[in-house]
Amino acid sequence: MSVRTGVFICHCGTNIGGIVNVPEVVEYARTLPNVAFTEGNLYTCSEDGLSSIRKNIKEHDLNRVVVASCTPRTHEILFRQNCELAGLNKYLFEFVNLREHCSWVHMDAHDDATLKAKDLVRMGIAKVSLLTPQEDLSTDVIRACLIIGGGISGLSASLTLANQGYHVALIEKNDRLGGLLKDINRVFPSNEPSSHLLDPLINSSSKHQNIDVYLEAELTDVKGFIGDFTVTLSQDSKTKELKVGTIIVSTGAQELKPAGSFGYDRFDNVMTQLEFEQRFKSDFDGLNRVVMINCVGARMEERKYCGRFCCITGIKNAVLLKEANPGAEISILQRDIMACGKVFEDYYRTALEMGIRFIRYNVDRPPDITGSDNVADKVRVYHELMGRDIEIDVDAVLLTTPLIPGEDNQQLSRIMKIPVGNDGYFLEAHQKLRPVEFPSDGIFLAGCARYPTDISECISQGYAAATKAAIPMARGLVITDAFTCEVDPSRCSACGRCVEICPFGAIDWADWRDMKGETGSVAMVNPTECKGCGLCSSSCLSSAITLKGFTDEEILAMVNTV
Amino acid sequence: MTRKAALVIGGGIAGIQASIDLANMGIQVYLVEKNPSIGGRMAQLDKTFPTNDCAMCILAPKMIECANHENIRLLTYSELDELTGDAGRFKAKITKKARFIEEDKCVGCGECAEKCPTKVNDDFNAGLGKRKAIYKFFPQAVPSTYVIDPDYCRTLNGKKCGVCEKICKAKAVNYEQKDEVLTIEIGAVILASGFDLYNVAPLTEYGWGKIKNVLTAMQFERMICASGPTGGHLKRPSDDKEPERLAFIQCVGSRDIRHKRYCSAVCCMHATKEAILAHEHCPGLSSTIFYMDMRAVGKGFQEYVQRAKDQYAVEYIRARPGRVTENEENQNPVIHYEDTVNREFRAEEFDMVILSQALVPAESNRSIAEKLNIGLDEFGFVSNPQGMANPFGTSRAGVFGCGFCQSPMDVPDSVVRASAAASKVAEVLASA
Repeated sequence: MSVRTGVFICHCGTNIGGIVNVPEVVEYARTLPNVAFTEGNLYTCSEDGLSSIRKNIKEHDLNRVVVASCTPRTHEILFRQNCELAGLNKYLFEFVNLREHCSWVHMDAHDDATLKAKDLVRMGIAKVSLLTPQEDLSTDVIRACLIIGGGISGLSASLTLANQGYHVALIEKNDRLGGLLKDINRVFPSNEPSSHLLDPLINSSSKHQNIDVYLEAELTDVKGFIGDFTVTLSQDSKTKELKVGTIIVSTGAQELKPAGSFGYDRFDNVMTQLEFEQRFKSDFDGLNRVVMINCVGARMEERKYCGRFCCITGIKNAVLLKEANPGAEISILQRDIMACGKVFEDYYRTALEMGIRFIRYNVDRPPDITGSDNVADKVRVYHELMGRDIEIDVDAVLLTTPLIPGEDNQQLSRIMKIPVGNDGYFLEAHQKLRPVEFPSDGIFLAGCARYPTDISECISQGYAAATKAAIPMARGLVITDAFTCEVDPSRCSACGRCVEICPFGAIDWADWRDMKGETGSVAMVNPTECKGCGLCSSSCLSSAITLKGFTDEEILAMVNTV
Repeated sequence: MTRKAALVIGGGIAGIQASIDLANMGIQVYLVEKNPSIGGRMAQLDKTFPTNDCAMCILAPKMIECANHENIRLLTYSELDELTGDAGRFKAKITKKARFIEEDKCVGCGECAEKCPTKVNDDFNAGLGKRKAIYKFFPQAVPSTYVIDPDYCRTLNGKKCGVCEKICKAKAVNYEQKDEVLTIEIGAVILASGFDLYNVAPLTEYGWGKIKNVLTAMQFERMICASGPTGGHLKRPSDDKEPERLAFIQCVGSRDIRHKRYCSAVCCMHATKEAILAHEHCPGLSSTIFYMDMRAVGKGFQEYVQRAKDQYAVEYIRARPGRVTENEENQNPVIHYEDTVNREFRAEEFDMVILSQALVPAESNRSIAEKLNIGLDEFGFVSNPQGMANPFGTSRAGVFGCGFCQSPMDVPDSVVRASAAASKVAEVLASA
């Protein structure tokens, strides 16, 4: 069948029409090969423009459509759908950008902009002739989610998913649920026991008909892709395979033990905040003079980040000590008090009003701890406001340390092909707008596995990750754009560049037998995971990878026409 | 009958994210926004910390996704009148205010605004520029439909004009258009009404409104934005000269018992970002940030502050400036402060001073809360009697809060809360 292309050129009000001579480009397009119809529209995207496209597809028997207007970013879906409405395969459509690529950047050069518009339209027409019909790919999604880590984030995610009717497999490497929060006595800012928060969650998830809890279980392998993962667990030295559609990583973090700092290894009465909570619970006898040192092991060269809520943890323990023993003298040596927002600022203010002293120390003149035998008895620190050193007698010194990444992060990163950042925490897809997603589809992130996160935020992230996991499961299927990459196994040299470069983990090794019957490994793209970015096809040294809709022939046809 | 539908109030980044997530879960969403476009505060930002992503470049695709989504009905320039019923079976009444423009006809070409004779202060540009009485809320507005401001339009105020009606080729102008009231049935509500900027005029010690070269952080943000009133050119309001020395004063109205005692949570990073961007605009420029605590607590924030110091000539001085005066010879603002490290009083001259103003719950929260029958705290943030266990709760079952209307928070925290609230809604709809 011969190619019959319809070309629709948009004025975009004055955006294009005010600079490019659109009628001239329309007349010009009429003279090009395979063009059966051309038209200028004031707004091709308006209902007038769209219905004209549909009408002319039918009247002129068009089998290719070019729209030359604004940007595919906002309008490609619209025009593709419109072609589909008129019975034309939506992949037989080509977008030419005359606004961002032409009129907006050549506002002062009308004639040249018109010439360039003709070039761009000619290139689009050259390409569209070579396009072939494609079908979207659709994959069924298993309505079950694997949640790795049974702390407050994982528990929150599990419960909401289960309540929404999805099946959850919750795996926890320890012999109990609750994570790091289980080791904490009381929680800020309510100062209630952590069990008030945790116990209802642990009880409900243990009983919920939609949740299977696997304790002392470890993830050993993940295969598959969004909608259809096969995960292998090891529990009691037995392995078990599960099929899930989505995965949430909520593996948490751990408190830094500051070996070598501030007499931590030398003095028995120097301990971290968490050690203090475990050692003293709520019986603070003998603790009349306490100094806390903040930012131990944080905001420094080796560990640049701020622990986000350690200041508040310190304030909590100071407040609890002071409530139990109003005569106690408590000093917090700090660099900045990170009491962001409404609740924490009030919490900080309460501590100040209770008489807890906050002393700013200079990181270049850190506090010094002295003592005899294994007991610290004095802290000396340079007091910035007074401009001199001061000495404080102490019964105990609490070191406020940040969380550090979980020890399994690297291993999980390898098993699941999910990225870890320079700080050792898992790296989300986008820091600003996709905080609980990974670049790979179907795998999500919550809580301290991503970065130190307080309890409210852990719960929020658990729910947020659950929402992201629920989306494909609610739909029941994933539809992938047809413009994905494909490997020609007969040309693949198995160099592995594409496997490494793919940001979505969509390329894997597969066995292949060539025409002579010899077997070997070749790269293979999983179209469900492929986003069509083209990194692999442009970096393949053997020209073995083709991005559909952007084949070498199609691109060269555009280039050759210029 | 329960409908699998939800109402989202507020079309900022939190409301947009909540709507997209709900819609992708198969839930019908009504997104109500009081302004003529969705986008909220993020649309006013030039770039975002700590990645310096252009705000519009990451926001616009989400706005468009909202507009194109088959499960989302956008109700811009609209307000909630009433919510009746209970979780799982609410009824909401919504007024769609007259735009005086037929939405299905306007193609957003802008010829009307070009010809409109009436100029009005532009709120979107924090009062720095002018717009017309017929206007698009901002260049990338979604929907891109124009709107006539009934307070200023000559025709609507009985004067002779009618220019826009004559000029509009699409015949979209309709001076007779009336408000429209819709009734919708929904199972749950998400409130994401965001924040307003605290009026810093009462803090007379800092001279805003009197000293020309003292701006608020949002005014400065619009100034460095390419789509802003100066086309992205940094210039002093007094003489249009490019500044060389900037000062930022933090906690203006925040952490201050005379004004708002809470911490606004984003200003430390916001000022750091603006200082970095200013240096990118004018490479010889240096900035001084006067702060109380440098609250750089999020992922990558400490590194961002370090980069500001190392590569962008940003100096941080811990001080709470007492007042700002003006050197009348050159209109330079002078900051009077105590250097707490060296324990000295100082007066230092800058080319421009930027005030990191407190952020407060949206003014409209009070009336929305009344209509939703939910409680607010003393500041006007949504109160949450359910405490930590349900960080999205309000005092009414089936109504959830997310984003800045709950408590000061930045964009990532707001989108997390928004996505989280979507699961809460899904739970309500699953059990109803």
